[in-house]
Amino acid sequence: MTIFYVLLAFMIIASIIAVETVDLLSSVICIGAIGFGVSLMFLFLGAPDIAITQIVVEVLGLIILIRATISRDLTFITGDREFFGVVVSVVIIFVIFLAGIRILETLPDFGTPIFAKVPKTASQTYIREGLTKTGAANIVASVILDYRAYDTLGEATVLFTSIIGATVILREKARKLLEEPE
Amino acid sequence: MKGMTVIVKTIASWVKVLIFVFGIYIILFGHLTPGGGFAGGVILAASYVLLMLAFGREFVEENLPLPLASKLDCLGAFLFALIAILGLVYGGVFFVNFLYQKYLPGEALKLISAGTIPLSNIAIGLKVGASLFLVILTLSMFRSDTSVSRKE
Repeated sequence: MTIFYVLLAFMIIASIIAVETVDLLSSVICIGAIGFGVSLMFLFLGAPDIAITQIVVEVLGLIILIRATISRDLTFITGDREFFGVVVSVVIIFVIFLAGIRILETLPDFGTPIFAKVPKTASQTYIREGLTKTGAANIVASVILDYRAYDTLGEATVLFTSIIGATVILREKARKLLEEPE
Repeated sequence: MKGMTVIVKTIASWVKVLIFVFGIYIILFGHLTPGGGFAGGVILAASYVLLMLAFGREFVEENLPLPLASKLDCLGAFLFALIAILGLVYGGVFFVNFLYQKYLPGEALKLISAGTIPLSNIAIGLKVGASLFLVILTLSMFRSDTSVSRKE
């Protein structure tokens, strides 16, 4: 239980730094630290699939945000490549490689479903009770629109928000205003 | 004359109806056969994209103008949220399948069954179709405008 409070304190400190700092790049890196704290939280709460999604989204968002801020904020990294930094990155890559090999060994063989290894999974309950509980013959529809309808609402919201962003950025009026600032 | 050749235009005008009807079928039978709102919405948008490729953007904009498409998009999102809130009002839980559990159990494997799932499919299909159409329409507007400015 203490790990949650430690993570929570870490995330709160990181978000305060992200708000208060002057440098845009450090702010973006702090936001990335908050995201990885959230994914660790999901991992300790027993939701590995959401943790994986969170990490992937966080890495992508971090890369895009750093790319966007580097061109805007002009943070130059001067000096030679340090020996210590190279050693640390090589060691981290090696450790991640070893962990990946260990995880690959635990996966079931190609073609066997995951519930051959784990007997009580949620998917078996969906397959057994999907028709009687929801009345839909298509199990996929009963999962995405009944058991996990919250997920679908989130997906629809993401799509809606991205469409709003795309239309706002790409509409003709905004581009004309950009070309002629008057 | 905008668009592609007469052959492409003739074939597109025949095929567009079939694609549109197939999209509606995928949406309406989403709870019985493979498919659903997302897949059906993409097919509906694809029929308009075919028209856009064959006849040009102006022709499609006359049929389905951009304000109407964005209104359809908002309507789909609103309907989906409304179904969720109706579950809260009539079933006690957000997103509960109140139609199937209380009012209209229906018969399994029939078209009218599974309560709110087909209604959600229709809402999502409307939403996804309209928003993908909007994406492609705005992107094509953007491209045609930049090509004009490059010529200048």
